[in-house]
Amino acid sequence: MIYFDKVTKIHRDGTAGLEDVTIAIAPKEFVSIVGHSGAGKTTLLKMLLVEDRPTDGTVFFESTDVHALPKSKLHHYRRKIGMVFQDFRLIPNKTAYENIAFAMEAAGRPQDEIELDVPHILDLVDLGGKAHHFPSQLSGGEQQRVAIGRAIINQPDLIVADEPTGNLDPVNTYEIMDILKKINELGTTVLITTHNKGVVDAMARRVITMDRGRVIRDDMQGQYIL
Amino acid sequence: MWTMIKRVFTGGAKNFARSGAVSFATVLIMTVTLTIVGSLIFLSAILTNTLASLQDKVDVNVYFVTDAQEADILAIQDRLESLPEVASVEYTSREDRLTEFRTRNENDQLTIQALDELGTNPLGAALAIKATDPSQYGGIVEFLSEDSSISPAGGPIIDSINYFQNKAVIDRLTGAIDATEKAGLAIVILFALASTIIALATVRLAIYTARDEIAVMRLVGASNAYIRGPFIVAGVLAGLVAALIALALFYPVTWYAGETLSTWLGGFNLFTYYLSNFGMIFSILAGTGILVGALASWLAVRRYLRV
Repeated sequence: MIYFDKVTKIHRDGTAGLEDVTIAIAPKEFVSIVGHSGAGKTTLLKMLLVEDRPTDGTVFFESTDVHALPKSKLHHYRRKIGMVFQDFRLIPNKTAYENIAFAMEAAGRPQDEIELDVPHILDLVDLGGKAHHFPSQLSGGEQQRVAIGRAIINQPDLIVADEPTGNLDPVNTYEIMDILKKINELGTTVLITTHNKGVVDAMARRVITMDRGRVIRDDMQGQYIL
Repeated sequence: MWTMIKRVFTGGAKNFARSGAVSFATVLIMTVTLTIVGSLIFLSAILTNTLASLQDKVDVNVYFVTDAQEADILAIQDRLESLPEVASVEYTSREDRLTEFRTRNENDQLTIQALDELGTNPLGAALAIKATDPSQYGGIVEFLSEDSSISPAGGPIIDSINYFQNKAVIDRLTGAIDATEKAGLAIVILFALASTIIALATVRLAIYTARDEIAVMRLVGASNAYIRGPFIVAGVLAGLVAALIALALFYPVTWYAGETLSTWLGGFNLFTYYLSNFGMIFSILAGTGILVGALASWLAVRRYLRV
């Protein structure tokens, strides 16, 4: 489903972000990418999301070379991917409901569908009672659940989560991972990056370990080993 | 498509309402801009009006000798009226001029006494000529002094033409008003330009605070047009609100200025001008506000939409 083919990224200052990375991810997999800060995890995700361009190599999503997509088609591609970030990245002047609805509105979905789906998703991430709170009125865990709700509302094929639990306490971390696991069990491919050894070990799923821009381990029943 | 347009509009309105302080600052700056643009309209109206009323006051008086025949004078009036550059010719008879003179000098006992002692009417009849354009006076005067047919055999009947006395004053006044109009317009246009640039910068600053939001919108899969739309709507709203505030401000200001300046401006009342030209002023201010708001938003968002 996702295929990184010998992707190399040299940053503008000359340092290598990624070096000759080749990874294949099959549909419905749950993949954790681990590594120290600066190992290239976030750069790898940026290549996938076309937030940045590789210096060399190609990134395929379902046989599409995503970096060959014209700018005008890019937003259609991005709608196939649900994104979750460490810093949540909610729109501050929109309520929880509106943040989730925005992703549907942007995709051009009709209003009645939005009114039907958003409350359902809010219940799924256990925020039914806080639909009309603004992000500043929600805790970190709640904000991340809104972000996950936003990521899954358009039923994407892939969820990409960059350190989704990085800013959360253990209880919220567990809840977020539980939600991601559920989403994966419902058939969505999940790709996360993380520092959290406990999270990775508890999942007992595929783990890709990176160091200094290279893939150094790739285990199907992985552990966090560094 | 229709739902997308509706979403862009409601989204823009919500953005505008919720980013209170930033919207307020934007509206304030735009109000200043539009007030300056409005002042430009009023200044140009004042200057045009003053120039027009001054030009209207300019005329050429032809005084005839006391024994000139009324028929001859009326003939000259007819001939003058047939000239294309003459707007009007007004005849004042000897008697009328005397009454006029008496009322003008009724407080001056000495003059009235002298007039009474004289016994006869020392004043000749006069023709007041108005040209369609001030530059035509020279030609008209030339016509009067050169055409031999208007000076019949009995000797010249024209005593004097006051054009030559007024000419220098008229020229200088016209020049002064012309220069004032040009300089005034240049200064106000400069101010309007400067404040428009400030308004543009303010809107860009307001959108700068939303750059993370724009990045998120892009990642969520919103098209560039869909991201830009609400910002443009918010910019247009700011321009519109600013225009309404500026229009509301002009109401008391022109009312006060109209009262106090009306005599000084030769009867030109700003307030009545404002009311009678409200449609035009409204369209110019609202149009400028909307244009500046939309343009600034469009430019500002474009910066954050590049991949």
